[in-house]
Amino acid sequence: MSGKEPNLAVNVAGVTFKNPVFTSSGTFGFGEEYSEFIDLTRLGAITGKGITMEPVYGNPTPRVTEVPSGMLNCIGLQGPGVEYFCRHDLPFMREQGCGVIVNVWGRTDEEYLETIDRLSDEEGIDILEVNISCPNVKSGGLAVGTDPKRIEEITRACRDHAKQPIMMKLTPNVTSISDAAKAAEAGGADAISLINSLTGMKIDVEKQAFVLSNKTGGMSGPAIRPLAVRMVYQAAQAVRIPIVGMGGIMTASDALEFILAGATAVSVGFANFVNPYAAIEIIDGIRDYLVRHDIDDINELIGAVK
Amino acid sequence: MKKKESAEILSQEEISKDIYSLVLKVSFAKDVKAGQFVSLFERDASHLMPRPISVCETDPEKGTIRLVYRVVGQGTDAFSKMKAHHHVDVLGPLGNGFPIEKMAGKRVLLMGGGIGIPPVLSCAEAFQRLPEHEQPSEVTFAVGYRTNDMYLYEDLQKQAPVVVSTDDGSFGTHGTVIDAVRANKIRADVIFACGPRPMLRGIKNFAEDREMECYISMEEHMACGVGVCLGCITKTVDVDDHSRVKNARVCKDGPIFNAEEVDLT
Repeated sequence: MSGKEPNLAVNVAGVTFKNPVFTSSGTFGFGEEYSEFIDLTRLGAITGKGITMEPVYGNPTPRVTEVPSGMLNCIGLQGPGVEYFCRHDLPFMREQGCGVIVNVWGRTDEEYLETIDRLSDEEGIDILEVNISCPNVKSGGLAVGTDPKRIEEITRACRDHAKQPIMMKLTPNVTSISDAAKAAEAGGADAISLINSLTGMKIDVEKQAFVLSNKTGGMSGPAIRPLAVRMVYQAAQAVRIPIVGMGGIMTASDALEFILAGATAVSVGFANFVNPYAAIEIIDGIRDYLVRHDIDDINELIGAVK
Repeated sequence: MKKKESAEILSQEEISKDIYSLVLKVSFAKDVKAGQFVSLFERDASHLMPRPISVCETDPEKGTIRLVYRVVGQGTDAFSKMKAHHHVDVLGPLGNGFPIEKMAGKRVLLMGGGIGIPPVLSCAEAFQRLPEHEQPSEVTFAVGYRTNDMYLYEDLQKQAPVVVSTDDGSFGTHGTVIDAVRANKIRADVIFACGPRPMLRGIKNFAEDREMECYISMEEHMACGVGVCLGCITKTVDVDDHSRVKNARVCKDGPIFNAEEVDLT
């Protein structure tokens, strides 16, 4: 390679991102808070907090708690609603000079589609990530994401409505991630992202009570990483559409695991809470790895481990 | 840009049962506002989440901050075992802080309950650093302890007059910190308060009855500490600016709130 900068740019769903490191929905706001810590321009993309038609209160507190090498959350998709998002948050996101992924969800199929319709004429959205996997809301979310038939249905409907590429965010709370991935592909998804958090529970033994207000919460952090790597690998074997892999990525080495397993890009979530510079360090670390291994292009590594 | 940094521990001592005083050398001491907090991190891959701890004192010249905390769980227990010259990862300062600079000529009552005392101690210190014409006309502490094991009492006395309540009546007024204010006939225009939720609820009502300005420091389980995860919300009376519901973020919009703005019911 002789001193040439390796290529970090990747293409997901027809969109080129300057590098394969994104931030995960719900762990990065709409970017503004972390702009006090890092230069957002350097990110491959920011994925915004999940939005739907109306503002959402979310669940009561406690909403978060630590578990070994990770956390549980039951935020419940608190958020401002799509109108305010379009006026207030989307303009900020598209000014940052990095990719813009807007995460959407709904309590009903209609609400998914209405939200997508509302976003269809907004400029500067690279991909719509459709959350069919939130463990913390009663309707929408998991009810859709665990049934391949429903995944295909909602994906097709979203695909028909969306003007931007759509990426279906899959839940790990299924028996077969391959079937879920295939269903999304069959419905016309341009990409898939996985994994969302795993449903977990923590009980306070002294108080003999649930720690979280919602009893259960979505587990994230490095504790779930091996499971996520396995699922990304299985999904990559099952479909041809690109995959954005996530689940407990803390370092460049972790990110490369997902890429070698078949992810085109990765997303950093929990790690932001531990280290606001995590995503930047991961970008730098991937670049250093490529130099060290004399690899010209990150794309050579995607799915390289069979 | 704000940085997470590895801070040297200058000293650590147990000042009362399970209450520790930790002095850290940090790059940002001069930026800390009274009422703000920092996140501390363990270097243990099974315990990764930040632990938010209020700043008790700052010394901008020496570049140090003092944290006084109670050991309540695994994280604080691990910090309590760290000694001088060890390093601990710290991110801060975080949160908004008390409106110190808006108290010129006012009588300010600083109310703290238990481990809520350290942040109000930092307020008195911050007032003293203001130019004279911006200082309050009067500062008084009203603090509540469980017993006469009164950590930080001498530090408080160095800054301003102190009235005390104890749960068991072993010192000062037997009862709540509000009882101590009543018993000592303290008059004030503004309250700054930090303590357990029932105490804050009582203080909010007390301030409303007397038409006093009142600012309270809220506590909630946190994850990110910087306002992105929405883990640590508190109910507000009006629609918040972030999510357009009635949930303010304790870590980012707070931890200090005008008591009128939060719904403590």
